[in-house]
Amino acid sequence: MIDFIQMLINGIAAGSSYALIGLAMVIIYKTSEVPNFAQGEMALISTYVAYMLLEQHQFPSYLAFPLSLVFAVVLGCILEFTILRRAKEPNVLGMIIITIGIEMILMGLVSWKFGAEQKSMPFPISPYDSVMIGDFFVSTLEVLTLVVALCTMIVLFLFFRYSRLGMAMKATQQNPMAARIMGIRTRRILMATWGISSLVGASAGLLLSPVIMQPYMMWDPMLKGFAAAVMGGMTSLPGAVFGAYLLGIIENLFGGYISIEFKSVVAFAVIVLMLCIRPSGLFARHYVKKV
Amino acid sequence: MDMKRDYYEDVQLFTSGVVVFWMAIMLAALAIFPFLATSYYIYMANFLAINVIVVIGLNILVGYAGQVSLGHAGFFAIGAYGTVILMTEVHLPFLVALPLAGLIAAGFGFLLGLPSLRLEGPYLAIATLGFGLTITQIIGRIELFGGRQGLHTPELFIGPWHLESDRDFYFLLIPLTILLALTARNLIKTKVGRALIAIRDAEIAAETLGVNLMGYKTLAFAISAFYAGVGGGLYAFVLRFIEPEIFTLLMSIMFLAMVVVGGLGSIMGSITGACLLSWLDLQLRNILSIPYLGKWLEALSQEWFSITGVSNIQLIVFGAILVLIMLFEPLGIFGFWIRAKKYWKTWPF
Repeated sequence: MIDFIQMLINGIAAGSSYALIGLAMVIIYKTSEVPNFAQGEMALISTYVAYMLLEQHQFPSYLAFPLSLVFAVVLGCILEFTILRRAKEPNVLGMIIITIGIEMILMGLVSWKFGAEQKSMPFPISPYDSVMIGDFFVSTLEVLTLVVALCTMIVLFLFFRYSRLGMAMKATQQNPMAARIMGIRTRRILMATWGISSLVGASAGLLLSPVIMQPYMMWDPMLKGFAAAVMGGMTSLPGAVFGAYLLGIIENLFGGYISIEFKSVVAFAVIVLMLCIRPSGLFARHYVKKV
Repeated sequence: MDMKRDYYEDVQLFTSGVVVFWMAIMLAALAIFPFLATSYYIYMANFLAINVIVVIGLNILVGYAGQVSLGHAGFFAIGAYGTVILMTEVHLPFLVALPLAGLIAAGFGFLLGLPSLRLEGPYLAIATLGFGLTITQIIGRIELFGGRQGLHTPELFIGPWHLESDRDFYFLLIPLTILLALTARNLIKTKVGRALIAIRDAEIAAETLGVNLMGYKTLAFAISAFYAGVGGGLYAFVLRFIEPEIFTLLMSIMFLAMVVVGGLGSIMGSITGACLLSWLDLQLRNILSIPYLGKWLEALSQEWFSITGVSNIQLIVFGAILVLIMLFEPLGIFGFWIRAKKYWKTWPF
């Protein structure tokens, strides 16, 4: 029983970082129907910017982390403005290819600059600090990740429901033409979407960096986050979060009870099975295309 | 311009004498190439030919049937391991083991095709991606497959013919590639090919016209997986050693990139795309030895980047190619070809 609850806690901790990436992907997919494979690498480059500011330019951490988040927003906007907006006849395959291309470019830049070896991020919280909650050890970093994930969810929820920009984003997604007629600058909205999404993704990257910091660090969380978003239906924010925690927990329970070796791939098996039953994810209404 | 007036004109292999002439020259060049080139260039030609096989197969799925696959490295791995295991454990001759491994891959392709009936876009992408990752993980854990240590390929005999060098293998590989390319090209002109194109263009419309969606979609996956499997089986003998780490997600992405760069829905495009990108791949592996550019890059790396990570320029170049192709010519090299042809046909006007 103790083991079970510990695994559950680990699962929730892992799920939190998947949830952040998943949320970031959903934000973009919701407004522009682009499955963003570059999400992980956008977070990666922002994380390395933070590393560079802290290590090489000796910035204090209260300055370096906000600056790297600002960089993330700017990066998202620039990518949308220079690349995504220029795409001709966008279809899903084309968008997948473009975002994979962006991903390769960013990954290449980071590896070229910093090499492939593991770096140690001077993060204010060490991954080895832990707090006791009841009988269980939970690392402080995991608690922080969970708190950030929960706050992001709540802020995003409020943002999409009550703020003008959030409502404009929803309008853009539902009907771009009508949104334009109503005076919404849809192209700017898309740019803002990329900025916000990049910000959310970068926060996941920063929270992962004390544990692992090398150019491949975002592959696994990105794929799992994507899987979580797909599980939730790609367009639903609560769905992505639910999917992320579900994947995190399933993964850890599977690793604990059945096979630790296949822990990292069980998520995809679950995804394929789940998609066979509900092809549009758990939380999205199945959308039937007309001819 | 390129108007087809009857069915036979549509299916004929050579549209004009010019095409026959150039094809003959190309065949002659391919035949004398191994006698002139050094061993490295023959190895390179083999590498290119294998990519051509896989990319043609993937193009049937992506370009003609309109499905996405980010898991072709999985089929490639199944083919490679299947061929080697069938030869070492079951003692089948190579020419039996290779198509059999291709069929095993096709079986997996059929299975992966089943969820594709209900999935599209990002959902299908993640499902195929998960498949590719899972296959390599599973292969890496099974003792029979050599686990993480990998497998050495056995000596290759076809009847009395002992294929020792890359040059011997070239004479097996090139005819096989041509055969598979012709098969694909002819397949597209049959009922199956037209059904696949109909599915790509409008799924529901195709269904109402009597195209069996389930049959043809899974068939597209199976055919594509068969090509990838055969390619994988051959690849094992080019490398002479296989391990699970070879078949990464990046490999699947590269196959997809070759299809897109060459041109969706074009066999000739696939061939050029595969050749171009795999050639670039091999060239960029030792980027610093390129004349002039290498020196400059070395200086640039020392000034701004790091010299240890310089091989990652490869990733940047491929990424940039993908982005630029999608932005400026979504039909890839084939699209450029079509535009050039149109321009010259109507030239002064």
